[in-house]
Amino acid sequence: MELQDFVKKFADQFDNTDPEEITASTRYQELEEWSSLTILVVITFVTTEYGKAVTGAELRSCETVEDLYNLIATK
Amino acid sequence: MKAYINSISYYLPESTLTNQDLVKEFPEWSVEKVADKIGVRQRHIASGEETAGDMAVKAAQKLFVEHAIIPESIDFILFCTQSPDYFLPTTACIIQNKLGIPTTAGALDFNLGCSGYIYGLSLAKGLIFAGIAKNILLLTAETYSKYIHPLDKGNRSIFGDGASATLVSTEGFAEIGDFVLGTDGRGADNLIVRAGGARHPETENTVKADEGGALLSADHLYMNGSEIFNFTLRSVPPLVKETLTKNGLEMVDADLFVFHQANKYMLNSLRKLCAISQEAFYVDMEDLGNTVSSTIPIGLARVREKAIKGEKFNIVIIGFGVGYSWGGCVLKC
Repeated sequence: MELQDFVKKFADQFDNTDPEEITASTRYQELEEWSSLTILVVITFVTTEYGKAVTGAELRSCETVEDLYNLIATK
Repeated sequence: MKAYINSISYYLPESTLTNQDLVKEFPEWSVEKVADKIGVRQRHIASGEETAGDMAVKAAQKLFVEHAIIPESIDFILFCTQSPDYFLPTTACIIQNKLGIPTTAGALDFNLGCSGYIYGLSLAKGLIFAGIAKNILLLTAETYSKYIHPLDKGNRSIFGDGASATLVSTEGFAEIGDFVLGTDGRGADNLIVRAGGARHPETENTVKADEGGALLSADHLYMNGSEIFNFTLRSVPPLVKETLTKNGLEMVDADLFVFHQANKYMLNSLRKLCAISQEAFYVDMEDLGNTVSSTIPIGLARVREKAIKGEKFNIVIIGFGVGYSWGGCVLKC
């Protein structure tokens, strides 16, 4: 797993947000599209892409995309 | 000895809750977007006086009429519900009387949610194999709508009420294969109606939001969506694999997968994780919502209505949810 690749794939999970808008330092919970449904989307993405489980609470505990990347990397 | 599903019918309450109805109540909420993800346009909702027991009776009456079954032939009633008419007596006993089933029949309720139909089939098969009963009326009925807080738009958009009736017998169209079952009570808090039972008998009358923004009221249905979602992603793929193995099947031998119809987004995620093709995967909940223990029998009844007739047709049925509880089985049609 590599940060830039993760950021790109993470950005692809959104339906109504321009992927260019999302960088490693993006505070993803502040995105307009972020909701309880996007939490499920990201959980699925992490499970299918990396075979790792991330909880809703963990997604809420991270601030930036890079924080999330670091969390998943340590799993 | 073999046990079969002989016939299935289902009943849906008359009144419906459409997405337009929800938009009227929650104008600030993007209902269409949510509905698109969860795959539900309307749900049937039991009226104020209509109980799960009433709905089960109606489903059974439909079964008797549609498949020319006489109540006298039934020698056991299994009723799956989490919304019994009373704490006691057993709702299945009331159902026996209402349906005119002989007093020589056995009857019991069992409390399970989305895995309930699989467990019901396993119990019915056990009764047949043990020589205890020959014609088991397996009923499922749920009125989660009565447990959901009026302001809980998330759960109101997902769940619908409904009931099903299945005759499990020594002959029929689908042979009931081998079962894989599982339980993990650590998940109890993630899908729960907390107050009203012996643990918290008093009404607590507290309404707040959990850390994810979901409505949290001790008197009402609470679901931690992301935890339930993680549970299914973790549990269902191995369940599918074990169910196939236990029945001596490979993935290619399975003609159709009928999973508990939780919501479209979850189903598609599970389908991809399990590497099941879209053609072999049943998704049909637009007009129903998630009817808990009735989603699988309703699905099977609809598949049968469409008269899919192969020389050999294997249907894999998979249930999972509240408890946590899960189960899988293969039906050989």
